[in-house]
Amino acid sequence: MRLVTAIIKPHMLDEVKTALESFGVEGMTVSEASGFGRQRGHTEVYRGAEYTVDLVPKVRLEVLVDDDDVKDIIDVLVKSARTGRIGDGKVWSVPVDDIVRVRTGERGLDAL
Amino acid sequence: MTLLELDTGNTAWVLTSAALVLLMTPGLALFYGGMVRAKSVLNMMMMSFGALALISVLWVLYGYSISFGDDIGAGLVGNPLQYLGLKGLMEDTDASLPAMAFVAFQAVFAIITVALISGAIADRAKFGTWMIFAGIWATVVYFPVAHWVFDFTLTDDSGAVTHVGGWIANNLEAIDFAGGTAVHINAGVAGLALALVLGKRLGWRHDPMRPHNLTLVMIGAGLLWFGWFGFNAGSAVAANNTASVVWVNTMVATGAAALGWLLTERLRDGHATSLGAASGVVAGLVAITPSCSSVSPVGAIIVGALAGVFCALAVGLKYKFGYDDSLDVVGVHLIGGLWGTLAVGLLLAPDSPAGVSYERSGLLYGGGVDQLWRQAVGAFGVLLFSLVLTLVIGFALHKTIGFRVTAEEEQAGVDGSEHAETGYDLGSFGAGARGVSYGGSAPRQTEVETNHDQEVTA
Repeated sequence: MRLVTAIIKPHMLDEVKTALESFGVEGMTVSEASGFGRQRGHTEVYRGAEYTVDLVPKVRLEVLVDDDDVKDIIDVLVKSARTGRIGDGKVWSVPVDDIVRVRTGERGLDAL
Repeated sequence: MTLLELDTGNTAWVLTSAALVLLMTPGLALFYGGMVRAKSVLNMMMMSFGALALISVLWVLYGYSISFGDDIGAGLVGNPLQYLGLKGLMEDTDASLPAMAFVAFQAVFAIITVALISGAIADRAKFGTWMIFAGIWATVVYFPVAHWVFDFTLTDDSGAVTHVGGWIANNLEAIDFAGGTAVHINAGVAGLALALVLGKRLGWRHDPMRPHNLTLVMIGAGLLWFGWFGFNAGSAVAANNTASVVWVNTMVATGAAALGWLLTERLRDGHATSLGAASGVVAGLVAITPSCSSVSPVGAIIVGALAGVFCALAVGLKYKFGYDDSLDVVGVHLIGGLWGTLAVGLLLAPDSPAGVSYERSGLLYGGGVDQLWRQAVGAFGVLLFSLVLTLVIGFALHKTIGFRVTAEEEQAGVDGSEHAETGYDLGSFGAGARGVSYGGSAPRQTEVETNHDQEVTA
């Protein structure tokens, strides 16, 4: 089992969510995030005073998946989140030892 | 004042205008509140609401009497005992305008003038000290200056003087229709003085201090613009031609000022911003305040457009000179007030309501510098008086009871330290987890029970 984490542009969330649901993903966690990569920040001007905004708002999306599906799901994520412009984000996966469904106590793949 | 019949139209307009001007202070609270960071929005708004509460009481107790009592010395101050507690003003004298209508109208001017100052000391002032300052400042600075500017000497039909007013209105004959000197220069320079007394905010020029809610700022600017029609057109103290001319001048100068500010920004910074539009609106309103009865509608466009440009440039002065006038009370109100007051000397139109009644015209209409020097003396007289007294009051309070919260409190936000509140509950974790208790009786027990409930329901 693996945890796939994607940092994406906020306005791409609906598209990514729909694509993942079509693929068969049954749950995910979405949170607001901020950070920077190559996109860096931008400059805002208030009454002539410049502010550099380093941290750009992003959405962090997490999905727990079966090892067999990891590659496909990452492909779906990357394809649906891509605009081709700087700041599209990143996707990565890490191994997960165990998963427990809190309500029933099911473990491992049964808890997905 | 010798008319023996109540003029219902005038009375209705003055009372309506008073209510319009009252709304400007909550409008100012929104305008200022949106510009500070989220952690101090309530404190910012409370400084305006505090002024509303306190000055309305002081005005009734003795403020009106200091401003509009008979002069007791060289046009400097009215008799504070004459109308103490508004005594004698309830009686129906069949005057064309009831005295109480004028009391109401002038009360809300005193309130907003005090509230305007608070923008200079955002994010860092002790609320209690602010309230004490507001009371002292209104008493020794605003009430006398209102006497100077707004209290006209009255005569009866035979020409005998029935009431002696203040020096700027009567001796100097500077034209300040609705308070460029008494309100805006006065509050603007007081803001500068307090910004100097309190010092810069922690992290000024290093930490981002972006406005946290520009939609509040725009709503506030809208309410100010709306209320300002009472402020300016109501200052005719009658529903007449002067009020109508003033109304149009107030509208068009404000529009022109917003354009002036936006163009300046577009050329200098690349974008026309919403904060610039809101600021331009206020700059235009400030500049047309003293001049609204003196200029032609085209003159009003000139006054407004230049106010937008001047103020857009002036808000940068604080970075050059290193004073943290947080919300640009100096850049907008002092500079806008000075420009509008001096503009009367340049653009006083002979066919305007003020031009007709004073039988003068401005420099650009061939009237020479006669009116201009009167305007300058009035403007700088108020500026110096307010600057010196505000510095004295501010330093005295700062050195005794303290005007500024601790660094730790400032970092965490003055809303918490001064009011024990948070402006926005955006569903953060932990809010409400301790349950609710009233009156402080046995909160500990409540806490335990609530925690227990949480475990069951979570």
